[in-house]
Amino acid sequence: MFFAILFYLAFAIFIAGVAYKIYDYARTPAPLSIPTTPAPITKGGVAFRMFREVLFFESLFKGNLWIWLFGWLFHMALFLVLIRHLRYFTEPVWGWVAFLQPFGMYAGFAMAAGLAGLWGRRFLVERIRYISTPSDHLMLALLLLIALSGLGIKFLMHTDIIAVKVFFLGLMMFDIQPLPSHIGLYVHLLLVALLMIIFPFSKLLHAPGVFFSPTRNQTDNPREVRHLAPWAAQIEKN
Amino acid sequence: MADQAFKIPEYREYPTIPALVPGSMAHSKPYIANEKVQADMGFPGKLVDNWEEKAIAKFGELLGKYRSLKVFMDSCVHCGACTDKCHYFISTGDPKNMPVARQDLMRSVYRRYFTLPGKLFPKLVGARDLTKDVLDEWYSYFWQCSECRRCSVFCPYGIDTAEVTMAARHIMDTVGHSQKYCNEIIVKLNKIGNNLGLPGPALENTLEGLEEDVKEESGVDVKYPLNVKGAEVLLVTPSADFFAEPHIESLIGYGKVFHAAGISWTLSSYASEAGNFGLFNGSYEHMRQVAIRVRDAALELGVKRIVVGECGHAWRVAYAFWNTLTGLGAGAKDPFAIELQNQLDPRYMQPSHICEFTWDLIQQGRLKFDKEANDHRIITFHDSCNVARASRMGNYPGGQFEIPRNVIKAVANNYVEMAPDTICESTFCCGGGGGVLTDDLIELRVKGAFPRMEALQQVVDANGVNYMATICAICKAQFTKVLPYYNFDMRLVGGVHQLVSTAIRLGDEQ
Repeated sequence: MFFAILFYLAFAIFIAGVAYKIYDYARTPAPLSIPTTPAPITKGGVAFRMFREVLFFESLFKGNLWIWLFGWLFHMALFLVLIRHLRYFTEPVWGWVAFLQPFGMYAGFAMAAGLAGLWGRRFLVERIRYISTPSDHLMLALLLLIALSGLGIKFLMHTDIIAVKVFFLGLMMFDIQPLPSHIGLYVHLLLVALLMIIFPFSKLLHAPGVFFSPTRNQTDNPREVRHLAPWAAQIEKN
Repeated sequence: MADQAFKIPEYREYPTIPALVPGSMAHSKPYIANEKVQADMGFPGKLVDNWEEKAIAKFGELLGKYRSLKVFMDSCVHCGACTDKCHYFISTGDPKNMPVARQDLMRSVYRRYFTLPGKLFPKLVGARDLTKDVLDEWYSYFWQCSECRRCSVFCPYGIDTAEVTMAARHIMDTVGHSQKYCNEIIVKLNKIGNNLGLPGPALENTLEGLEEDVKEESGVDVKYPLNVKGAEVLLVTPSADFFAEPHIESLIGYGKVFHAAGISWTLSSYASEAGNFGLFNGSYEHMRQVAIRVRDAALELGVKRIVVGECGHAWRVAYAFWNTLTGLGAGAKDPFAIELQNQLDPRYMQPSHICEFTWDLIQQGRLKFDKEANDHRIITFHDSCNVARASRMGNYPGGQFEIPRNVIKAVANNYVEMAPDTICESTFCCGGGGGVLTDDLIELRVKGAFPRMEALQQVVDANGVNYMATICAICKAQFTKVLPYYNFDMRLVGGVHQLVSTAIRLGDEQ
């Protein structure tokens, strides 16, 4: 029952928080054309730039290969792991999810390795040690514990995964079912709920943020198109 | 240069990243603007009593006005990709000159006043109250950023420290804690029409003198017209072009291009400045005030085209902002802008960079050159930061890199590139951009030039380079001043149109 309430709450905070942030970013005007050039001059070009940025971390690749390696490994592994977890929320399991299942299983290790690499840098590289705040460390600890507890449940101390699935399918139907009593599972779910709760208040906002970054998502067209913000138009009237 | 009180960085044998030297540049502070300048700017004369409250209110206002600021405050994950990208960090090792740390000076305040975790657990997320110490840090380190955008190239979220710096400077302006140099210049421009405070008659004299000089040197009557109604082209150029060396050599070059192509042109005394220091302080209103003079001059003179001279930030404002600020371009609906759109020639991009203009004429075969005239020069090209990363030339991305180089190669035979990680989108700022080109920041300027000097030394040693071409008034002034500190001849730097000027055939030689 505790976990049922916790997950409803966490999910509500996550969705409402992120939705509010996206609304907030969207409503805030971008009063000047500031793409980092050379920038695409068509909308299609911008879509392709964003695609490369989000899928391959192109700028980071240019900036620092080590951070790119660990960061990309972590994010892509996380993506596969999330897809794999769809099996606990769908019945019957979609074919492509089932296909990706084995990859997702081992992606858990890659995810942990990427996180460990990123965390190691926070201790070993002087510059990055300097800029790291306690929350940067805790965030990595949280994600790493989620990965390790998940791997633990899968490979070391199995839980009744069928019952877990019944629990989550039940949640989705507002029909609360018992969750197996399993310490590894409790830890895993508790941390995931915590992650969802802090998401809209933390640097994890980089996920929606990247799509709203004017230096990346603007078309390089200032000679053809005005970028007049409503508040700037007000100045013109005075 | 043995008398300066600071140490010039030593060239590195291998491309190493410096160890941190905390606080090594904490003493760097530009002079504060005096009350008279502040009054002319519409800012408080000195730091107001309730500055903290006012600063936070302004911060909140800017967060609502600029999506860039809001997204950049939230998105940084402290990954560290930018930490070794800033020329001021590379040369000083001061950790607060790492772009992320510079942003964090402001982000820490953002988290404290505008986010829940920062209100509840400030220590945990690195949030700080805006104390006088923090304000002093802002003043020191936001005046150690040249808004060159090099960090933004490498940030996975495209966070541009220049946007953060501009916001911080604007907040400091509104509480009366302003830098003298930039605000004095904006006041001069608003009163007289250019950053140097050259009044109309002085300009006229200078241009007449120029005509005589060119006549003497080439035997040709090249005109440098001022305030000529009905000319086809209005040239707006940085005012340094009117008298500073080597800037003036490029102005001579522009005049020769117009002459050889047979295109009538004029300068304007009212809009005798391309530079726009409103950009540096992040003040939309001031930037617009400066830009609107160009629109007014274009309307008054009835020109068909607007061309901008060699200037980096000026070209950024002209290319990326003029249309938005004043409707100079396409799409604006107020009566002045519509009048201007009807007046301007739709066949040309408005505004055009002088390099676009010259390259266009070269491609049409309307200019002829004696390339050998430049054979005594071995040339390299320094991409100016704001041209490279905040603007474009031509109708394709990257034209801002190719077109100036095309012009150089069309007028000269010996051309060499500097190291690839120091040119084009990865170019280093000259060290004097973004409002720090003042003698009270000379230490910062000398140190900031270091990565460029290092790359220049390599091509000087390997290829005998003796001319570094650039298309920015600030770059030219900064290098002229700073080159001697690195044991170079100050005449090593010059404009692209200085090269054009040397080689161009004026067509009516006697």
